[in-house]
Amino acid sequence: MNSNVSMLSLRGVHTHIGAYHILHGVDLEVPRGELTMLLGRNGAGKTTTLRTIMGLWQASQGSVQLDGQDITRLATPAIAQRSVAYVPENMGIFADLSVKENLLLAARQASHAAQMDEARLQWIFGLFPAVQKFWNHPAGKLSGGQKQMVAVARAIVEPRDLLIIDEPSKGLAPAIIQNMIAAFEQLKAAGVTILLVEQNLAFATRLGDSVAVMDNGRVVHAGRMADLAADKALQQSLLGLAL
Amino acid sequence: MNFKELDWKPLALVPALALVTLPLVGSPSTWLTLTVAGLAMGMIIFIIASGLTLVFGLMDVLNFGHGVFIALGAFVAASVLGAMGDYTGSADLWRNLLAVLPAMLIAMLVAAAVGLAFERFIVRPVYGQHLKQILITMGGMIIGEELIKVIWGPQQIPLPLPEGMRGAWLLGDAAVEKYRVVAVLVGLAVFAALAYTLSRTKVGLLIRAGVQDREMVEALGYRIRRLFVGVFVVGSALAGLGGVMWGLYQQNVIPQMGAQVNVLIFIVIIIGGLGSTGGALIGALLVGLMANYTGFLVPKVALFSNIALMVAILLWRPQGVYPVANR
Repeated sequence: MNSNVSMLSLRGVHTHIGAYHILHGVDLEVPRGELTMLLGRNGAGKTTTLRTIMGLWQASQGSVQLDGQDITRLATPAIAQRSVAYVPENMGIFADLSVKENLLLAARQASHAAQMDEARLQWIFGLFPAVQKFWNHPAGKLSGGQKQMVAVARAIVEPRDLLIIDEPSKGLAPAIIQNMIAAFEQLKAAGVTILLVEQNLAFATRLGDSVAVMDNGRVVHAGRMADLAADKALQQSLLGLAL
Repeated sequence: MNFKELDWKPLALVPALALVTLPLVGSPSTWLTLTVAGLAMGMIIFIIASGLTLVFGLMDVLNFGHGVFIALGAFVAASVLGAMGDYTGSADLWRNLLAVLPAMLIAMLVAAAVGLAFERFIVRPVYGQHLKQILITMGGMIIGEELIKVIWGPQQIPLPLPEGMRGAWLLGDAAVEKYRVVAVLVGLAVFAALAYTLSRTKVGLLIRAGVQDREMVEALGYRIRRLFVGVFVVGSALAGLGGVMWGLYQQNVIPQMGAQVNVLIFIVIIIGGLGSTGGALIGALLVGLMANYTGFLVPKVALFSNIALMVAILLWRPQGVYPVANR
Protein backbone atom coordinates (compact mmCIF):
# COMPACT_ATOMS: atom_id res chain seq x y z
CA MET A 1 0.00 0.00 0.00
CA ASN A 2 1.57 3.35 -0.89
CA SER A 3 1.38 6.59 1.03
CA ASN A 4 -0.96 8.23 -1.53
CA VAL A 5 -3.86 6.17 -0.24
CA SER A 6 -2.59 6.12 3.33
CA MET A 7 -3.59 8.88 5.69
CA LEU A 8 -1.03 7.61 8.19
CA SER A 9 2.12 5.55 7.65
CA LEU A 10 4.58 4.17 10.15
CA ARG A 11 7.86 2.82 8.81
CA GLY A 12 10.22 0.87 11.04
CA VAL A 13 9.22 2.73 14.17
CA HIS A 14 11.16 1.93 17.33
CA THR A 15 10.18 3.44 20.67
CA HIS A 16 12.08 3.29 23.94
CA ILE A 17 10.53 4.25 27.28
CA GLY A 18 13.41 4.74 29.67
CA ALA A 19 15.47 1.56 29.53
CA TYR A 20 12.69 -0.45 27.89
CA HIS A 21 12.56 -1.09 24.17
CA ILE A 22 8.81 -1.29 23.48
CA LEU A 23 8.32 -0.96 19.72
CA HIS A 24 10.68 -2.99 17.52
CA GLY A 25 10.16 -1.60 14.03
CA VAL A 26 6.43 -1.04 13.57
CA ASP A 27 5.20 -0.82 9.97
CA LEU A 28 1.60 0.31 9.73
CA GLU A 29 -0.58 1.81 7.00
CA VAL A 30 -3.89 3.48 7.83
CA PRO A 31 -5.83 3.92 4.57
CA ARG A 32 -7.58 7.24 4.02
CA GLY A 33 -11.31 7.21 4.74
CA GLU A 34 -11.23 3.75 6.28
CA LEU A 35 -11.51 2.43 9.78
CA THR A 36 -8.40 0.49 10.75
CA MET A 37 -8.40 -1.77 13.76
CA LEU A 38 -5.20 -2.27 15.71
CA LEU A 39 -5.49 -5.58 17.55
CA GLY A 40 -3.20 -7.62 19.74
CA ARG A 41 -2.71 -9.17 23.11
CA ASN A 42 -2.12 -7.06 26.20
CA GLY A 43 1.41 -5.66 26.14
CA ALA A 44 1.77 -6.08 22.38
CA GLY A 45 2.57 -2.36 21.93
CA LYS A 46 -0.77 -0.99 20.66
CA THR A 47 -1.04 1.90 23.13
CA THR A 48 2.64 2.75 22.69
CA THR A 49 2.09 2.89 18.93
CA LEU A 50 -0.77 5.39 19.35
CA ARG A 51 1.24 7.49 21.80
CA THR A 52 4.21 7.49 19.42
CA ILE A 53 1.99 8.64 16.56
CA MET A 54 0.75 11.51 18.77
CA GLY A 55 4.30 12.49 19.76
CA LEU A 56 3.63 11.74 23.42
CA TRP A 57 6.57 9.37 23.25
CA GLN A 58 9.25 10.06 20.66
CA ALA A 59 10.22 7.38 18.18
CA SER A 60 13.88 6.54 18.56
CA GLN A 61 14.08 5.24 14.97
CA GLY A 62 11.83 5.12 11.92
CA SER A 63 9.30 7.61 10.61
CA VAL A 64 5.66 8.57 11.05
CA GLN A 65 3.98 10.25 8.10
CA LEU A 66 0.62 12.00 8.21
CA ASP A 67 -0.92 12.84 4.88
CA GLY A 68 2.52 12.52 3.28
CA GLN A 69 4.20 14.86 5.78
CA ASP A 70 6.81 13.64 8.23
CA ILE A 71 5.53 14.22 11.76
CA THR A 72 8.06 12.01 13.58
CA ARG A 73 9.74 14.87 15.42
CA LEU A 74 6.75 17.17 15.79
CA ALA A 75 5.47 18.09 19.24
CA THR A 76 2.07 16.74 20.27
CA PRO A 77 0.15 20.05 19.85
CA ALA A 78 1.50 20.45 16.31
CA ILE A 79 0.31 16.94 15.44
CA ALA A 80 -3.12 17.55 16.97
CA GLN A 81 -3.41 20.81 15.03
CA ARG A 82 -3.08 18.80 11.82
CA SER A 83 -6.71 17.74 12.28
CA VAL A 84 -5.97 14.75 14.49
CA ALA A 85 -8.14 13.82 17.50
CA TYR A 86 -6.87 11.38 20.10
CA VAL A 87 -8.59 9.54 22.94
CA PRO A 88 -6.10 7.81 25.26
CA GLU A 89 -6.64 4.54 27.05
CA ASN A 90 -7.41 6.37 30.33
CA MET A 91 -9.82 8.63 28.41
CA GLY A 92 -7.99 11.81 29.47
CA ILE A 93 -11.12 13.30 30.98
CA PHE A 94 -10.59 16.49 32.99
CA ALA A 95 -12.34 15.33 36.14
CA ASP A 96 -12.78 18.74 37.77
CA LEU A 97 -14.24 20.30 34.64
CA SER A 98 -17.86 19.91 33.59
CA VAL A 99 -18.79 17.82 30.56
CA LYS A 100 -19.48 21.08 28.70
CA GLU A 101 -16.03 22.43 29.56
CA ASN A 102 -14.38 19.18 28.44
CA LEU A 103 -16.02 19.52 25.02
CA LEU A 104 -15.37 23.26 24.83
CA LEU A 105 -11.62 22.63 25.24
CA ALA A 106 -11.65 20.32 22.23
CA ALA A 107 -13.56 22.90 20.19
CA ARG A 108 -10.48 24.94 19.39
CA GLN A 109 -12.40 27.50 17.33
CA ALA A 110 -14.85 28.31 20.16
CA SER A 111 -14.13 30.64 23.08
CA HIS A 112 -17.50 30.05 24.72
CA ALA A 113 -19.98 27.18 24.72
CA ALA A 114 -22.38 29.32 22.68
CA GLN A 115 -19.84 29.34 19.83
CA MET A 116 -19.79 25.55 19.52
CA ASP A 117 -21.48 24.06 16.45
CA GLU A 118 -25.06 23.53 17.67
CA ALA A 119 -26.02 21.06 14.94
CA ARG A 120 -22.96 18.94 15.66
CA LEU A 121 -23.71 19.04 19.38
CA GLN A 122 -27.28 17.84 18.72
CA TRP A 123 -25.85 14.99 16.66
CA ILE A 124 -23.53 14.07 19.54
CA PHE A 125 -26.40 14.30 22.07
CA GLY A 126 -28.38 11.91 19.86
CA LEU A 127 -25.51 9.41 19.83
CA PHE A 128 -24.56 9.80 23.48
CA PRO A 129 -27.53 11.00 25.56
CA ALA A 130 -25.41 10.98 28.74
CA VAL A 131 -23.35 13.86 27.33
CA GLN A 132 -26.47 16.05 27.24
CA LYS A 133 -27.89 14.72 30.51
CA PHE A 134 -24.71 15.52 32.46
CA TRP A 135 -23.75 18.62 30.43
CA ASN A 136 -23.12 20.81 33.46
CA HIS A 137 -21.91 18.08 35.83
CA PRO A 138 -18.26 17.52 36.78
CA ALA A 139 -16.96 14.86 34.40
CA GLY A 140 -15.12 13.15 37.25
CA LYS A 141 -18.43 12.19 38.87
CA LEU A 142 -19.59 10.15 35.87
CA SER A 143 -19.39 6.37 35.59
CA GLY A 144 -16.62 4.77 33.53
CA GLY A 145 -18.94 4.21 30.56
CA GLN A 146 -20.25 7.76 30.68
CA LYS A 147 -16.70 9.10 30.79
CA GLN A 148 -15.90 7.02 27.73
CA MET A 149 -18.83 8.62 25.90
CA VAL A 150 -17.61 12.08 26.90
CA ALA A 151 -14.09 11.21 25.72
CA VAL A 152 -15.33 10.10 22.29
CA ALA A 153 -17.76 13.03 22.09
CA ARG A 154 -14.85 15.37 22.80
CA ALA A 155 -12.84 13.82 19.97
CA ILE A 156 -15.64 14.43 17.47
CA VAL A 157 -16.97 17.78 18.70
CA GLU A 158 -15.23 19.41 15.75
CA PRO A 159 -14.59 17.74 12.39
CA ARG A 160 -11.17 16.07 12.25
CA ASP A 161 -9.49 14.19 9.41
CA LEU A 162 -8.04 11.45 11.62
CA LEU A 163 -9.42 9.96 14.83
CA ILE A 164 -7.12 7.86 16.99
CA ILE A 165 -8.94 6.11 19.82
CA ASP A 166 -7.64 3.63 22.36
CA GLU A 167 -10.34 1.07 23.24
CA PRO A 168 -13.52 3.07 22.64
CA SER A 169 -15.88 0.25 23.69
CA LYS A 170 -14.21 -0.36 27.05
CA GLY A 171 -16.74 -0.31 29.88
CA LEU A 172 -19.70 0.49 27.67
CA ALA A 173 -23.15 -1.13 27.92
CA PRO A 174 -24.27 -3.00 24.76
CA ALA A 175 -26.84 -0.33 23.86
CA ILE A 176 -24.19 2.38 24.01
CA ILE A 177 -21.80 0.24 21.96
CA GLN A 178 -24.46 0.28 19.24
CA ASN A 179 -24.50 4.08 19.39
CA MET A 180 -20.71 4.09 19.25
CA ILE A 181 -20.81 1.87 16.13
CA ALA A 182 -23.40 4.21 14.58
CA ALA A 183 -21.16 7.19 15.34
CA PHE A 184 -18.11 5.61 13.71
CA GLU A 185 -20.14 4.52 10.67
CA GLN A 186 -21.40 8.08 10.21
CA LEU A 187 -17.91 9.49 10.63
CA LYS A 188 -16.56 7.00 8.09
CA ALA A 189 -19.32 7.96 5.68
CA ALA A 190 -18.20 11.58 6.09
CA GLY A 191 -14.69 10.58 4.96
CA VAL A 192 -12.99 10.58 8.35
CA THR A 193 -10.05 8.20 8.75
CA ILE A 194 -10.16 6.25 11.99
CA LEU A 195 -7.58 4.17 13.84
CA LEU A 196 -8.93 2.20 16.78
CA VAL A 197 -7.23 -0.02 19.30
CA GLU A 198 -9.81 -2.56 20.34
CA GLN A 199 -10.05 -5.67 22.50
CA ASN A 200 -13.68 -6.41 21.61
CA LEU A 201 -13.37 -8.62 18.52
CA ALA A 202 -17.09 -8.50 17.70
CA PHE A 203 -16.93 -4.70 17.73
CA ALA A 204 -13.74 -4.79 15.68
CA THR A 205 -15.06 -7.10 12.98
CA ARG A 206 -18.33 -5.20 12.72
CA LEU A 207 -16.65 -1.86 12.12
CA GLY A 208 -13.18 -2.50 10.76
CA ASP A 209 -12.26 -2.12 7.10
CA SER A 210 -8.63 -2.99 7.57
CA VAL A 211 -6.73 -4.53 10.43
CA ALA A 212 -3.24 -4.72 11.85
CA VAL A 213 -2.33 -7.19 14.55
CA MET A 214 0.59 -6.49 16.86
CA ASP A 215 2.73 -8.79 18.93
CA ASN A 216 5.95 -8.08 20.83
CA GLY A 217 6.20 -4.54 19.55
CA ARG A 218 5.74 -5.37 15.86
CA VAL A 219 2.88 -5.56 13.38
CA VAL A 220 2.70 -9.27 12.62
CA HIS A 221 -0.32 -9.20 10.34
CA ALA A 222 -1.95 -6.53 8.18
CA GLY A 223 -4.83 -6.92 5.80
CA ARG A 224 -8.57 -6.63 5.34
CA MET A 225 -10.72 -7.07 8.42
CA ALA A 226 -13.17 -9.28 6.52
CA ASP A 227 -10.40 -11.76 5.74
CA LEU A 228 -9.37 -12.03 9.39
CA ALA A 229 -13.01 -12.32 10.50
CA ALA A 230 -13.50 -15.23 8.14
CA ASP A 231 -10.33 -17.09 9.14
CA LYS A 232 -10.74 -18.71 12.58
CA ALA A 233 -7.34 -20.36 12.43
CA LEU A 234 -5.64 -17.04 11.72
CA GLN A 235 -7.51 -15.41 14.60
CA GLN A 236 -6.42 -18.24 16.87
CA SER A 237 -2.79 -17.96 15.87
CA LEU A 238 -2.65 -14.15 15.99
CA LEU A 239 -4.84 -13.37 18.93
CA GLY A 240 -5.08 -16.61 20.86
CA LEU A 241 -8.83 -16.75 20.43
CA ALA A 242 -11.44 -17.04 17.70
CA LEU A 243 -14.81 -15.40 17.22
CA MET B 1 -18.95 23.34 39.91
CA ASN B 2 -22.45 23.98 41.16
CA PHE B 3 -23.42 25.03 44.67
CA LYS B 4 -24.52 21.59 45.89
CA GLU B 5 -21.29 19.92 44.79
CA LEU B 6 -18.99 22.40 46.55
CA ASP B 7 -16.89 20.76 49.25
CA TRP B 8 -17.78 22.93 52.24
CA LYS B 9 -15.68 21.22 54.92
CA PRO B 10 -12.37 23.05 54.16
CA LEU B 11 -14.24 26.37 53.85
CA ALA B 12 -15.77 25.80 57.27
CA LEU B 13 -12.29 25.49 58.80
CA VAL B 14 -11.68 29.24 58.61
CA PRO B 15 -14.73 30.36 60.65
CA ALA B 16 -14.29 27.30 62.88
CA LEU B 17 -10.72 28.32 63.75
CA ALA B 18 -11.87 31.87 64.43
CA LEU B 19 -14.77 30.77 66.64
CA VAL B 20 -12.72 28.21 68.59
CA THR B 21 -10.22 30.90 69.57
CA LEU B 22 -12.85 33.43 70.68
CA PRO B 23 -13.23 31.96 74.22
CA LEU B 24 -9.45 31.41 74.41
CA VAL B 25 -8.67 35.04 73.61
CA GLY B 26 -11.41 36.15 75.99
CA SER B 27 -11.85 39.77 74.98
CA PRO B 28 -14.06 40.11 71.85
CA SER B 29 -12.37 43.37 70.86
CA THR B 30 -8.90 41.80 71.00
CA TRP B 31 -10.24 38.80 69.12
CA LEU B 32 -11.65 41.06 66.36
CA THR B 33 -8.36 42.92 66.05
CA LEU B 34 -6.43 39.64 65.81
CA THR B 35 -8.92 38.20 63.32
CA VAL B 36 -8.72 41.18 60.97
CA ALA B 37 -4.92 41.11 61.23
CA GLY B 38 -4.95 37.37 60.45
CA LEU B 39 -7.25 37.80 57.47
CA ALA B 40 -5.09 40.64 56.12
CA MET B 41 -1.92 38.59 56.52
CA GLY B 42 -3.67 35.61 54.93
CA MET B 43 -4.83 37.63 51.94
CA ILE B 44 -1.32 38.97 51.30
CA ILE B 45 0.10 35.44 51.49
CA PHE B 46 -2.64 34.27 49.12
CA ILE B 47 -1.71 36.93 46.56
CA ILE B 48 1.87 35.65 46.67
CA ALA B 49 1.03 31.93 46.74
CA SER B 50 -1.68 31.85 44.05
CA GLY B 51 0.80 32.04 41.17
CA LEU B 52 3.20 29.54 42.71
CA THR B 53 0.54 26.88 43.18
CA LEU B 54 -0.52 27.17 39.52
CA VAL B 55 3.12 26.98 38.41
CA PHE B 56 3.51 23.71 40.28
CA GLY B 57 0.14 22.37 39.17
CA LEU B 58 0.68 23.13 35.50
CA MET B 59 4.24 22.01 34.97
CA ASP B 60 5.23 20.15 38.12
CA VAL B 61 7.87 22.83 38.73
CA LEU B 62 9.09 23.36 42.29
CA ASN B 63 10.11 27.02 42.28
CA PHE B 64 11.92 27.77 45.51
CA GLY B 65 12.97 31.10 44.04
CA HIS B 66 9.48 32.62 44.17
CA GLY B 67 10.56 34.73 47.15
CA VAL B 68 12.88 36.86 45.03
CA PHE B 69 9.87 38.40 43.25
CA ILE B 70 8.39 39.32 46.64
CA ALA B 71 11.52 41.17 47.69
CA LEU B 72 11.93 42.77 44.27
CA GLY B 73 8.34 44.06 44.29
CA ALA B 74 8.79 45.47 47.78
CA PHE B 75 12.05 47.27 46.94
CA VAL B 76 10.70 48.71 43.70
CA ALA B 77 7.67 49.99 45.61
CA ALA B 78 9.93 51.48 48.29
CA SER B 79 11.77 53.43 45.57
CA VAL B 80 8.59 54.58 43.82
CA LEU B 81 6.84 55.58 47.05
CA GLY B 82 10.01 57.26 48.29
CA ALA B 83 9.99 59.44 45.17
CA MET B 84 6.34 60.37 45.68
CA GLY B 85 6.59 61.77 49.19
CA ASP B 86 4.13 64.56 48.40
CA TYR B 87 1.45 62.01 47.67
CA THR B 88 2.22 59.52 50.45
CA GLY B 89 2.53 62.29 53.02
CA SER B 90 -0.94 63.62 52.28
CA ALA B 91 -3.77 62.75 54.66
CA ASP B 92 -6.06 62.45 51.62
CA LEU B 93 -6.57 58.74 50.84
CA TRP B 94 -7.09 59.44 47.15
CA ARG B 95 -3.72 61.17 46.87
CA ASN B 96 -2.18 58.18 48.70
CA LEU B 97 -3.75 55.83 46.18
CA LEU B 98 -2.27 57.90 43.33
CA ALA B 99 1.13 56.88 44.71
CA VAL B 100 0.38 53.34 45.88
CA LEU B 101 -1.36 52.15 42.71
CA PRO B 102 1.50 53.18 40.35
CA ALA B 103 3.98 51.67 42.85
CA MET B 104 2.06 48.38 42.73
CA LEU B 105 1.82 48.48 38.94
CA ILE B 106 5.53 49.20 38.45
CA ALA B 107 6.48 46.53 41.03
CA MET B 108 4.31 44.00 39.20
CA LEU B 109 5.78 44.93 35.80
CA VAL B 110 9.37 44.62 37.06
CA ALA B 111 8.62 41.32 38.82
CA ALA B 112 6.89 40.03 35.66
CA ALA B 113 9.88 40.98 33.48
CA VAL B 114 12.34 39.31 35.86
CA GLY B 115 9.95 36.32 36.08
CA LEU B 116 10.09 35.95 32.30
CA ALA B 117 13.89 35.83 32.39
CA PHE B 118 13.87 33.52 35.44
CA GLU B 119 11.63 31.03 33.64
CA ARG B 120 13.70 31.15 30.46
CA PHE B 121 17.19 30.84 31.93
CA ILE B 122 16.71 29.11 35.29
CA VAL B 123 13.53 27.00 35.21
CA ARG B 124 13.31 25.86 31.59
CA PRO B 125 16.59 23.90 31.54
CA VAL B 126 15.43 21.75 34.46
CA TYR B 127 11.88 20.75 33.50
CA GLY B 128 11.00 17.36 34.97
CA GLN B 129 13.98 17.29 37.35
CA HIS B 130 12.73 18.12 40.84
CA LEU B 131 16.04 18.01 42.68
CA LYS B 132 17.72 20.29 40.14
CA GLN B 133 14.69 22.59 40.23
CA ILE B 134 14.99 23.00 43.99
CA LEU B 135 18.73 23.64 43.84
CA ILE B 136 18.78 25.99 40.87
CA THR B 137 15.73 28.03 41.89
CA MET B 138 17.15 28.46 45.41
CA GLY B 139 20.40 29.52 43.78
CA GLY B 140 18.44 31.95 41.61
CA MET B 141 16.88 33.44 44.71
CA ILE B 142 20.28 33.89 46.38
CA ILE B 143 21.61 35.66 43.28
CA GLY B 144 18.44 37.79 43.18
CA GLU B 145 18.92 38.77 46.82
CA GLU B 146 22.53 39.73 46.19
CA LEU B 147 21.54 41.82 43.17
CA ILE B 148 18.96 43.61 45.33
CA LYS B 149 21.75 44.35 47.82
CA VAL B 150 23.89 45.72 44.98
CA ILE B 151 21.08 48.03 43.80
CA TRP B 152 19.43 49.07 47.07
CA GLY B 153 22.08 48.16 49.64
CA PRO B 154 22.08 45.43 52.26
CA GLN B 155 20.34 47.42 54.97
CA GLN B 156 16.70 47.49 55.94
CA ILE B 157 14.73 50.22 54.14
CA PRO B 158 11.69 51.78 55.78
CA LEU B 159 8.46 51.55 53.84
CA PRO B 160 6.05 53.67 55.85
CA LEU B 161 2.36 53.49 55.20
CA PRO B 162 0.94 56.47 53.35
CA GLU B 163 -0.57 58.93 55.78
CA GLY B 164 -4.19 58.19 54.88
CA MET B 165 -3.76 54.44 55.46
CA ARG B 166 -2.32 54.82 58.94
CA GLY B 167 -4.33 54.52 62.10
CA ALA B 168 -7.35 52.45 62.89
CA TRP B 169 -11.08 52.52 62.86
CA LEU B 170 -12.70 51.85 66.21
CA LEU B 171 -15.49 49.30 66.29
CA GLY B 172 -16.65 49.49 69.88
CA ASP B 173 -13.51 48.66 71.87
CA ALA B 174 -11.81 46.99 68.91
CA ALA B 175 -9.22 48.80 66.82
CA VAL B 176 -9.24 47.70 63.19
CA GLU B 177 -6.20 49.03 61.35
CA LYS B 178 -7.09 50.73 58.08
CA TYR B 179 -4.28 49.13 56.11
CA ARG B 180 -5.39 45.64 57.12
CA VAL B 181 -8.82 46.34 55.68
CA VAL B 182 -7.13 47.61 52.49
CA ALA B 183 -5.07 44.39 52.35
CA VAL B 184 -8.20 42.25 52.70
CA LEU B 185 -9.93 44.22 49.93
CA VAL B 186 -6.93 43.94 47.58
CA GLY B 187 -6.72 40.20 48.34
CA LEU B 188 -10.42 39.75 47.61
CA ALA B 189 -10.04 41.69 44.34
CA VAL B 190 -7.14 39.44 43.27
CA PHE B 191 -9.10 36.33 44.21
CA ALA B 192 -12.16 37.56 42.29
CA ALA B 193 -10.05 38.29 39.21
CA LEU B 194 -8.36 34.88 39.41
CA ALA B 195 -11.67 33.09 40.00
CA TYR B 196 -13.26 34.87 37.03
CA THR B 197 -10.32 34.13 34.74
CA LEU B 198 -10.13 30.48 35.78
CA SER B 199 -13.85 29.77 35.59
CA ARG B 200 -15.13 32.03 32.82
CA THR B 201 -12.43 32.26 30.17
CA LYS B 202 -10.92 29.76 27.76
CA VAL B 203 -7.42 30.52 29.05
CA GLY B 204 -8.62 29.79 32.57
CA LEU B 205 -10.21 26.58 31.37
CA LEU B 206 -6.89 25.57 29.79
CA ILE B 207 -5.02 26.32 33.02
CA ARG B 208 -7.46 24.23 35.08
CA ALA B 209 -7.30 21.42 32.55
CA GLY B 210 -3.49 21.65 32.36
CA VAL B 211 -3.19 21.38 36.12
CA GLN B 212 -5.14 18.11 35.96
CA ASP B 213 -3.64 16.51 32.84
CA ARG B 214 -1.22 18.59 30.80
CA GLU B 215 -0.53 15.76 28.36
CA MET B 216 -4.18 15.66 27.33
CA VAL B 217 -4.27 19.43 26.89
CA GLU B 218 -1.36 19.07 24.46
CA ALA B 219 -3.16 16.20 22.69
CA LEU B 220 -6.06 18.62 22.14
CA GLY B 221 -3.68 20.90 20.23
CA TYR B 222 -2.65 23.50 22.80
CA ARG B 223 0.97 24.44 23.52
CA ILE B 224 1.03 24.17 27.27
CA ARG B 225 4.55 25.57 27.61
CA ARG B 226 3.35 28.93 26.30
CA LEU B 227 0.53 28.78 28.80
CA PHE B 228 3.01 27.93 31.54
CA VAL B 229 5.25 30.89 30.67
CA GLY B 230 2.19 33.14 30.89
CA VAL B 231 1.21 31.70 34.27
CA PHE B 232 4.79 31.99 35.53
CA VAL B 233 4.96 35.65 34.52
CA VAL B 234 1.56 36.45 36.06
CA GLY B 235 2.54 34.50 39.18
CA SER B 236 5.75 36.54 39.43
CA ALA B 237 3.79 39.77 39.03
CA LEU B 238 1.38 38.70 41.78
CA ALA B 239 4.36 37.88 44.02
CA GLY B 240 5.65 41.39 43.29
CA LEU B 241 2.25 42.81 44.29
CA GLY B 242 2.28 40.64 47.41
CA GLY B 243 5.77 41.98 48.18
CA VAL B 244 4.45 45.55 48.07
CA MET B 245 1.55 44.58 50.36
CA TRP B 246 3.85 42.64 52.72
CA GLY B 247 6.40 45.47 52.84
CA LEU B 248 3.67 47.99 53.72
CA TYR B 249 2.29 45.51 56.29
CA GLN B 250 5.74 45.22 57.93
CA GLN B 251 6.55 48.90 57.14
CA ASN B 252 10.07 47.99 56.11
CA VAL B 253 11.82 45.89 53.50
CA ILE B 254 14.97 43.77 53.65
CA PRO B 255 16.63 41.74 50.87
CA GLN B 256 15.96 38.49 52.78
CA MET B 257 12.21 39.07 53.09
CA GLY B 258 11.44 36.76 50.18
CA ALA B 259 13.22 33.83 51.81
CA GLN B 260 11.38 34.53 55.06
CA VAL B 261 7.96 34.49 53.40
CA ASN B 262 8.86 31.48 51.20
CA VAL B 263 8.34 29.06 54.10
CA LEU B 264 4.83 30.36 54.72
CA ILE B 265 3.97 30.18 51.02
CA PHE B 266 4.97 26.54 50.76
CA ILE B 267 2.96 25.69 53.88
CA VAL B 268 -0.03 27.43 52.26
CA ILE B 269 0.15 25.64 48.91
CA ILE B 270 0.69 22.26 50.59
CA ILE B 271 -2.33 22.84 52.85
CA GLY B 272 -4.40 23.99 49.86
CA GLY B 273 -3.49 21.14 47.57
CA LEU B 274 -0.76 21.72 44.99
CA GLY B 275 -2.31 23.41 41.96
CA SER B 276 -5.49 24.59 43.69
CA THR B 277 -6.09 28.36 43.93
CA GLY B 278 -9.21 27.88 46.07
CA GLY B 279 -7.17 25.66 48.38
CA ALA B 280 -4.40 28.28 48.48
CA LEU B 281 -6.93 30.87 49.67
CA ILE B 282 -8.17 28.58 52.47
CA GLY B 283 -4.58 27.68 53.41
CA ALA B 284 -3.47 31.32 53.44
CA LEU B 285 -6.37 32.43 55.64
CA LEU B 286 -5.74 29.55 58.06
CA VAL B 287 -2.01 30.36 58.23
CA GLY B 288 -2.67 34.09 58.72
CA LEU B 289 -5.22 33.51 61.47
CA MET B 290 -3.14 30.82 63.20
CA ALA B 291 -0.03 33.04 63.24
CA ASN B 292 -1.93 35.91 64.85
CA TYR B 293 -3.88 33.85 67.39
CA THR B 294 -0.88 31.84 68.57
CA GLY B 295 1.30 34.97 68.55
CA PHE B 296 -1.12 36.42 71.08
CA LEU B 297 -2.03 33.29 73.07
CA VAL B 298 1.23 31.31 73.17
CA PRO B 299 4.03 33.34 71.56
CA LYS B 300 6.60 30.62 72.20
CA VAL B 301 4.83 28.19 69.82
CA ALA B 302 3.88 30.81 67.21
CA LEU B 303 6.71 29.82 64.88
CA PHE B 304 5.79 26.16 65.12
CA SER B 305 2.02 26.64 64.90
CA ASN B 306 1.77 26.77 61.10
CA ILE B 307 3.86 23.62 60.71
CA ALA B 308 1.52 21.93 63.21
CA LEU B 309 -1.47 23.22 61.25
CA MET B 310 -0.04 21.77 58.04
CA VAL B 311 0.61 18.41 59.69
CA ALA B 312 -2.95 18.31 61.08
CA ILE B 313 -4.45 19.15 57.67
CA LEU B 314 -2.32 16.52 55.92
CA LEU B 315 -3.38 13.89 58.45
CA TRP B 316 -6.99 14.73 57.52
CA ARG B 317 -6.45 15.18 53.77
CA PRO B 318 -3.00 13.92 52.70
CA GLN B 319 -3.11 15.80 49.38
CA GLY B 320 -4.33 19.09 50.85
CA VAL B 321 -7.82 20.45 51.36
CA TYR B 322 -8.67 20.63 47.64
CA PRO B 323 -6.56 17.97 45.92
CA VAL B 324 -6.19 18.47 42.19
CA ALA B 325 -6.56 15.42 39.94
CA ASN B 326 -3.47 13.61 38.68
CA ARG B 327 -1.10 15.26 41.15
